[in-house]
Amino acid sequence: MSFGLAESEFLCVVGRSGCGKTTLLNIVAGFLTPTKGEIRIGGRAVTGRGLDRGIVFQDFAQLFPWRTARRNVEFGLEMKGVSRAERAEAAQRFLKLVNLEGFADAYPHELSGGMQQRVAIARALAYNPSVLLMDEPFAALDALTRDEMQGMLVNVWRETRKTVIYVTHNVAEAVYLADRIVVLTPHPGTIRAEIRIALTRPRDTLSVEFLEYQRQVVGHLR
Amino acid sequence: MRRALTGALVSFGLAAAVWEAFARSGLFAPALTPSVVDIARALAGMIASGALGFHVLATLGRILVGLAGSCLVGVPLGMLMGRFRPVERFFVPLVSVLSPIPSLAWVPLFIIWFGLGNAAAIGLVVYAAIFPFVLNTWTGVRSVNRLWLRAAESMGADPRALFLKVVLPGALPFVIAGFRQAFARSWIAVVGGEMIAATTQGLGFVIFDAKEYLNTDVMLGSIAVIGVLGLAFERCVFQTIERRSVGRWGMIRTARS
Repeated sequence: MSFGLAESEFLCVVGRSGCGKTTLLNIVAGFLTPTKGEIRIGGRAVTGRGLDRGIVFQDFAQLFPWRTARRNVEFGLEMKGVSRAERAEAAQRFLKLVNLEGFADAYPHELSGGMQQRVAIARALAYNPSVLLMDEPFAALDALTRDEMQGMLVNVWRETRKTVIYVTHNVAEAVYLADRIVVLTPHPGTIRAEIRIALTRPRDTLSVEFLEYQRQVVGHLR
Repeated sequence: MRRALTGALVSFGLAAAVWEAFARSGLFAPALTPSVVDIARALAGMIASGALGFHVLATLGRILVGLAGSCLVGVPLGMLMGRFRPVERFFVPLVSVLSPIPSLAWVPLFIIWFGLGNAAAIGLVVYAAIFPFVLNTWTGVRSVNRLWLRAAESMGADPRALFLKVVLPGALPFVIAGFRQAFARSWIAVVGGEMIAATTQGLGFVIFDAKEYLNTDVMLGSIAVIGVLGLAFERCVFQTIERRSVGRWGMIRTARS
């Protein structure tokens, strides 16, 4: 399979369980080595892990429990050797971006699941990667929180202009978020379809066009 | 806190009452089962003469030096075993063979090797305490959430940063559990060592020496002091460390006693 992304594009990868969505993301992230093929960012082939990609997992437990929200967000900058004052300033800025500036000194276990995922997003953005990889980050949240989080993510994406690869099995979520959707099928993992979502944001999830896109994606998943 | 304190006082009071009833029942000669009052009097005498403080310090000193040594070796070794397969393969058989051997089995050899006195006693403590540190740290490192490692690596953590900033804090609940076990085992080692290695200092020596004169009140008093020291460490050291670290971070539920 092969696909490309434009800069600042929001790409959703949709597929049933077991079609290799997460494997794909893990390869892009550099956690797994592909048996064939390569990943290029800005024309340069990338191997292994790197600061050019930020990643957000589904599991709330991805945050470091021994660090406050602020210190979690600072981690990437700390690894880069950024000074303490600059780190604190950047962390505060990114926490504000995800509306958590009041919770900078809270430990992860003191935050709700949705808040923890927002810290994880701030943490993945803080060291300024060119691509943000997201592996079903809202799948474990309740429906209402998930809706809020999707709205917030669109705002964050618009402000930061990151390239995003977002893996999900939730069709409505993909149609709401994506510029373009890639539908994967299992055995063998191949791209079934690529659908460009030509809706303006913020998107009305109840509009006829929105539902039509959903029907189209679901059709490819059957 | 207050309720925990009254709870503790009630359980100790009850235990003392049961002992008192047993001591006064006449089942054994009073010299063999001294009453609580006798024990308290013996302890007061030891405190007044300064003997108790002297021996407590001697024993505690050996434990703390031994614990520090075994922690400095055991925790890094456990971490290396948890992170690197070859280190694990080399040390697991060795640790598995050595750790079930009671530290006291080594006393005669340690006396021959180190002579009588502090060196043998501290050596015993190190032997007793090192395996809980190694085994618990090793388990703790293996139990570190993979997501933490992945997240840290994706943010550019090098092996050193991964070790110090992720693996070590991630394994901390287990390291603290190891610290507790090591502390308990080091008391066995130090008291046994002090009895057999026949030094002239330490609570083990006091208990063993009192046997010569049938001073059961001194023996029981010293035993009670060991228990109180254990309680004090649990409350003041272990629970404080837990409350301020892994408890604060929500990695474990903190004790409420």
